Amino acid sequence: MEEILKKVALNDIHKKLGAKMVSFAGYNMPVRYFSDIEEHKTVREGVGIFDVSHMGEFFLKGPKAIDLIQKVTSNDATKLVDGQAQYACLPNDRGGIVDDLLVYRINAEEFMLVVNASNIEKDWNWISSHNDIDVDMENISDTLSLFAVQGPKAIATLQKLTDTNLSEVKFYTFTVGEFAGCQNVVMSATGYTGAGGFEIYVNNEDAAKVWDAIMEAGEEFGIKPIGLGARDTLRLEMGYCLYGNDIDDTTSPLEAGLGWVTKFTKEFINSPNLLKQKEEGVTRRLVGFKMIDKGIPRNGYEIEDADGNAIGRVTSGSMSPSLGLGIGMGYVNRPHTKPATELYIVVRNKKLKAVVEKLPFLK
Amino acid sequence: MNIPESLKYTKDHEWVKVDGNSVTVGITDFAQKELGDIVFVEIETEGEEIEQNEVFGTVEAVKTVSDLFMPLSGTVSEINNDLEDTPEVVNEDPYGNGWMIKIEMSDSSQLEDLLSMEDYKALIGE
Repeated sequence: MEEILKKVALNDIHKKLGAKMVSFAGYNMPVRYFSDIEEHKTVREGVGIFDVSHMGEFFLKGPKAIDLIQKVTSNDATKLVDGQAQYACLPNDRGGIVDDLLVYRINAEEFMLVVNASNIEKDWNWISSHNDIDVDMENISDTLSLFAVQGPKAIATLQKLTDTNLSEVKFYTFTVGEFAGCQNVVMSATGYTGAGGFEIYVNNEDAAKVWDAIMEAGEEFGIKPIGLGARDTLRLEMGYCLYGNDIDDTTSPLEAGLGWVTKFTKEFINSPNLLKQKEEGVTRRLVGFKMIDKGIPRNGYEIEDADGNAIGRVTSGSMSPSLGLGIGMGYVNRPHTKPATELYIVVRNKKLKAVVEKLPFLK
Repeated sequence: MNIPESLKYTKDHEWVKVDGNSVTVGITDFAQKELGDIVFVEIETEGEEIEQNEVFGTVEAVKTVSDLFMPLSGTVSEINNDLEDTPEVVNEDPYGNGWMIKIEMSDSSQLEDLLSMEDYKALIGE
């Protein structure tokens, strides 16, 4: 059966810009407009705009919304104030991760969860199945577009389009207001690149108008549209996890280095078992590594120690456009997880030397 | 899309330039565009005799890795060593300085297996 691909609101705009479109998480998405490396550098040095409208958004409302969020997520959402966002996991009940997500507190009784496109249905079903306290849930994924505007020139670009003082919107906070003449736009100081900037949530009806306004405002800074290819190399340089590669239903948040968003000051799904794992210590950990020998690590490649024993597997890998060498992440058995430990990546039957590197790669 | 009429093509998106018994091989403009920025070309088969359709090397782009296939049986007589330090030449000049290997053909009848410019255009939907 032929896969039926969903389209983002601006599908035609991306095609007109010359994007190579690929199937990703059930959506037809721009993977590259002109060059992965040039797009990557545009974001690191100037400003770029990504259409990531495939991401999913759920609204949870009511006095008990916070209780449901506390139950299904690993982080402590009671620490949030209005206008603040938080990164978290949805732990499953067998030690792994259903998804990673952002939790936005709009007010004490209204939250927005932003989830991965590939997991929208899975997450919805998972959270719904734990909603035995009548929280009002709404899946608005198909009505919202999301543009990530990232890079050192992002604020200068976006500031032209709103009266909100964006330099006062701190990292991982957001504001809702007028933007590019459109109402009810969420301006969120978040991102997946480490380059700084905002993520802008708009209704699909306003998507084309907002996209065009941002492109025009950024023209003097050389703004360019950026595809999912560069999005992946940008996040990998920062050591950010990609669901489906670095974390999944079988990896524990503690193994993945997500202990910082796994708070045992509250109870949540599978928290007793994860706490036990924390106390006993994990047997493997997600580490970053950079290649010493010339070569590029890729998802699925085997990791060996100097004696040729299999000690893990690569989950993400690429050439780093900023560093000009191969970098990757993978799960490695202890005690091979310490920075400066030598690893060998098996690339086409050759063992290439690499070294464990503290994340992020880009300091 | 640049598809020179003077060359022959394969369904694996390689081009072949015939010069007597020696042929030069590279990847097409279409292939380099599909792959994106090429960051590593690994060919370690110089001097080896390899059958048609067998792998003679690998090309790595930022996002993908792709095998390179022998368009014809023969001996790899020369490889383009410049690509070791400047693999991006494959993107910039796929039919010229981005060539990859030269082969001494062992069976010239295999030339009939190759595609013409028209056939290749049809293959990629141009």
